[in-house]
Amino acid sequence: MRKVSQKKSSSDELSVISEESCGCSVDGQSCTITSMVEAGEPAASDDKEFSRRRFLSLLGAAAGAAAVIGSGIELLSYRAYAQGLPQTNGWTGNSGVTGSGAATMASSEAPPTHQWAMVIDLSMCNGCKSCTAACQKAHYLTPDQTWIDVFTLTDAEGKTYPMPRPCMQCENPPCLHVCPVHATFRQDQGVVLVDQERCIGCRMCMAACPYQARYFNWNSNVQYPKLSVPPSPEMPVPQRLGTVGKCTFCVGNLNNGLLSECAAGCPMGAIYNGDLKTDVAVNSLGSTVKLSSFLYDNNAVTFKPEQNTHPRVWYIQGDGQDLNDNKASQSS
Amino acid sequence: MKEMEINEKALLAEDGGGKAAQTGWSAEVRRAAVAPMTGKTSTTWKLIVAVCSLFVLAGIGTWLYQLKHGLGAAGYNDQAFWAVYIVDVIAFIGVSYGGAVISAILRLTGQSWRAPLTRLAEGTALVTVAIGALYIFPHLGRPERFWEIVVFVNTSSPLFWDFIAIGTYVLATVIFFYLPLVPDMAIVNRMLGKKNRPIQYKVYNLLSLKWLGTEKQRRLLHGAMSLVALIIVPLAVSVHSVLSWAFATTSRPGWMETVFPPYFVVAALYSGTALVIVVASAFRKGYHLEKYIHTRHFVRLGYVMAAMGLVYAYLTLADLLSEGYTGITSGWIYQTVLGRWAIPFWFYVVVGEVMPIALVAVKRTRNIKGMTIASLGVVISLWIKRIVIVLPPVTQPLIGNQWGTYHFTWVSVTITLAGVAAIPLGLMLLFRVLPVLSIDEMEEMGEIGSTEQISEFTAAAEKRLAVGATNGNGHANGNVNGHSNGDAVPVTQGEVQ
Repeated sequence: MRKVSQKKSSSDELSVISEESCGCSVDGQSCTITSMVEAGEPAASDDKEFSRRRFLSLLGAAAGAAAVIGSGIELLSYRAYAQGLPQTNGWTGNSGVTGSGAATMASSEAPPTHQWAMVIDLSMCNGCKSCTAACQKAHYLTPDQTWIDVFTLTDAEGKTYPMPRPCMQCENPPCLHVCPVHATFRQDQGVVLVDQERCIGCRMCMAACPYQARYFNWNSNVQYPKLSVPPSPEMPVPQRLGTVGKCTFCVGNLNNGLLSECAAGCPMGAIYNGDLKTDVAVNSLGSTVKLSSFLYDNNAVTFKPEQNTHPRVWYIQGDGQDLNDNKASQSS
Repeated sequence: MKEMEINEKALLAEDGGGKAAQTGWSAEVRRAAVAPMTGKTSTTWKLIVAVCSLFVLAGIGTWLYQLKHGLGAAGYNDQAFWAVYIVDVIAFIGVSYGGAVISAILRLTGQSWRAPLTRLAEGTALVTVAIGALYIFPHLGRPERFWEIVVFVNTSSPLFWDFIAIGTYVLATVIFFYLPLVPDMAIVNRMLGKKNRPIQYKVYNLLSLKWLGTEKQRRLLHGAMSLVALIIVPLAVSVHSVLSWAFATTSRPGWMETVFPPYFVVAALYSGTALVIVVASAFRKGYHLEKYIHTRHFVRLGYVMAAMGLVYAYLTLADLLSEGYTGITSGWIYQTVLGRWAIPFWFYVVVGEVMPIALVAVKRTRNIKGMTIASLGVVISLWIKRIVIVLPPVTQPLIGNQWGTYHFTWVSVTITLAGVAAIPLGLMLLFRVLPVLSIDEMEEMGEIGSTEQISEFTAAAEKRLAVGATNGNGHANGNVNGHSNGDAVPVTQGEVQ
């Protein structure tokens, strides 16, 4: 777990000094396998050993390959393609400050090594909700707090299909813009987090989120076990009553070389954790893909692109499935 | 409170009292305005204050309970994350708008008949805006961190601008209430003297800014009042627009409506005018102001209310029709008009639109009773209408088709009723220490001018209906029953009921 301490400067900018427990070398492109394995070792638990090791080695190998081959690959070009957005629409698509007054986490170190993303393969999802269960177990959530929820949508033939929905980790997050106290911020790896020590509980972010991805702590009767680590925006356990919570992308896991809880808990391998920097994505079955071509080849889409939120979560749709068909999510 | 006597000499307007100076009418006005401040309170008064205080205390206690147990106790959940309390904020600040704007517009347009109503209207504005602003605290999950809005300013957040708008509006309402009080405080001090109320005397002396009623002071006061009246109208428009943008700047169908700012502003005016009528009706009876507040006041306010009601009905139609016709995002519209919210919606249509407008339109019901019933209907159904504006879009699923639900609990109901009870309580306590009529203004507008207008517009109607103990001509004769002749008499007839 990374230690995160926040310094509140007068210019309303959150600057965060992060102590990377991961001692990986930062060259902007890749981590060496050994350094990441070593760094990730203490946090490892036995049941995750296999997938974690695989994930790490594959990630490292693929990253190395990508560094060699893909020096000419424009990271942004495929993403613009995947988003179906021309690059000339004024959106730079980069991980910088999003909008005026937006809080960002500026690393005290060099540019971030990773830009976390997620791919959800709808054609693989069987709707078992293991992802929801794994997430709720890891974060001690109430049954109502489905940080990754599985919705039921209808395809072109009228058949229903399951659609898991984590937080989209938008690059242009509406929740961040409307927060009156900068309790929601976007850290330097592109993950949108909530500072529950600052949140005033106005729920404006819940109103603004087009994905219904935010969950409030409504009741005081939630039991939390004694934990050695104090709550942080990356791992808000125990959560504070009267504040808002949401999917953290398990960014602590990712930075320790582990899959997110939902991805690890998916028996179908439908959820991939990805990194835009190293251009790699991995699922629980250990299949590793080159993120950009995986998205391109499968015609990946983002959810509700018309909202201009620029999600970091992509969906691969099965036959006849159209996530952004209004009628599919139409309610009557 | 200790018994206080009225200094009979102070019953006469001293100088620039305008047309009414030196007439017995002025003395009567002063007596009536100050009467609730003096003497013993009646059993009815005490009973109402006690009951209302109980409700308010119950509300505060329930809020503490809610703080401990979380907003879930008030029926909130993730698909109904905004509900009763934000409706309370909108509704209470909304009714305050009516009092302020009615008073301001009448002042700006020089309507002399306004004089007996302004203090009541501005007092209502003051009390309700305070209540409405306080509802932000039960609305918040962590109210103890409210100060962070000022410290960690995010200018891109609609809520920051809500805070600025409400804060400015509260300040303006206080000033707007205070300015006409300046001469009245001096008058009250002259009338009630120092004895038995040394602290109050000192405070009033300070607040009256050494008012003597000189030409220069009058000019300054009028200038300031016109300025504040001029400012408070656009300010109130901005408050309700900004409040509506907390909804309309989200991407939620049913909230992201271009019609929302005027929709909220007109709803505020509509319900606000209605509350002024209700308050005027109650205080007219309870505080014996029948001589000053007449049927014509109610009828005129009723006309304003009906006009606002028609505009509001039009905006409601405009909001529902365009989206409902295309059916693209009609989930919430269906639920509003025909689905689970149909009963409250149609309650609004009948009790909040058809009934009040009909009562104003029909000549037979165009009287104090009719206007009061119409206004009560408007006030209640507009609160319900706000619920119908907030809940269908918030419970509407943005993904899939699983609707959310909101259940009223004893917590949210108790806290809301506390605010309702706080209106009469706040006003009754306010007029225990401040005159219930705007004395100086009434004297300036004058008796003769007022009575002429009475006979001109509604004397005939009043005669026919025999409303109230006196009609417009009752005091045109300067018949004050010799009140001002005797020595200082304990004000027993001014007992508050």
